[in-house]
Amino acid sequence: MTWLVIAVVGAVTILFKASGPVLLGGRELTPRVSSVVEVLAPAMLAALVVTQTVGGDRELVFDERLAGIAAGALAIRLRAPLLLVMVVAAATAALIRLF
Amino acid sequence: MQGSRFRDGVRAASPLAIAPVLFGASFGLLAVDAGMSWAGAILMSATTFAGSAQFAAASILDSGGGAAAAIVAAVLLNARYVPLSLSVASIFPGSRKRRLVEAQLIVDESWALAGRTGRFEYAVLIGVGVLFYVLWVGGTALGTVVGDLLDPEAIGLDAAFPALFLALLAPYLRTRRAVATAVAAGAITLVLLPFTPAGVPIVAASLASLIGLRR
Repeated sequence: MTWLVIAVVGAVTILFKASGPVLLGGRELTPRVSSVVEVLAPAMLAALVVTQTVGGDRELVFDERLAGIAAGALAIRLRAPLLLVMVVAAATAALIRLF
Repeated sequence: MQGSRFRDGVRAASPLAIAPVLFGASFGLLAVDAGMSWAGAILMSATTFAGSAQFAAASILDSGGGAAAAIVAAVLLNARYVPLSLSVASIFPGSRKRRLVEAQLIVDESWALAGRTGRFEYAVLIGVGVLFYVLWVGGTALGTVVGDLLDPEAIGLDAAFPALFLALLAPYLRTRRAVATAVAAGAITLVLLPFTPAGVPIVAASLASLIGLRR
């Protein structure tokens, strides 16, 4: 039964990931399509930020991650490099968990 | 030129390298607990190569949820790869077969870092993707043998990734249209999170990009 899960999930994921480059790749996009694709990145990034900050099992979970991302946002505001932003967010969450 | 951009990608990602190893090891441990063989766990990491879906599938199997439930949850979670993949479709060169293979290196982190300058860079996506692939599969193998190396939550890694995505989102927010799209996508996600299976909110949020059609 676990093998069935491994095979089906693997096959479907491979198709999902290939969909763009295989179906659309090497083709000029029409202006209408490319204006949608252009804002796809900020849309998906915003969705990832929200799910990874307050996402739970069919519920919103407000925990140490919130403090972490708040500290991270401050670091972004102060123009800290990517790695520092991550370290600040991780350290903030980890420290709060310690106490 | 391509080679140096590839190395740029690896360099940008190398400080993040601890994450796929630790999460990979946690997945390996959970997968074995859930009744997968070590070979099955490694095969899943090598073919699916997407953390959240693998964790969802393994934990459903572990709690006796059945194969169908595990498949549905993992497929829903990975459905976000359709919009992610569409957004980088034009940067993959070469034959259809080569694009099929290289597209497998699309994961949240490689995709996000490849777009950090506001324009997707192929070499960065491949560089980060290869690094994460090797560490994810290797971490899984380690986990099936030695178990949990270190609790990723204890060192706050679960807070580091939303902060990374926020940092990568920031440079996009220069146009009013991008801001409107990001806000709408965030709101859709937030509203749907409590009511829909995991994965659905992110896919629904991709609809916010239709704002791009407005002039």
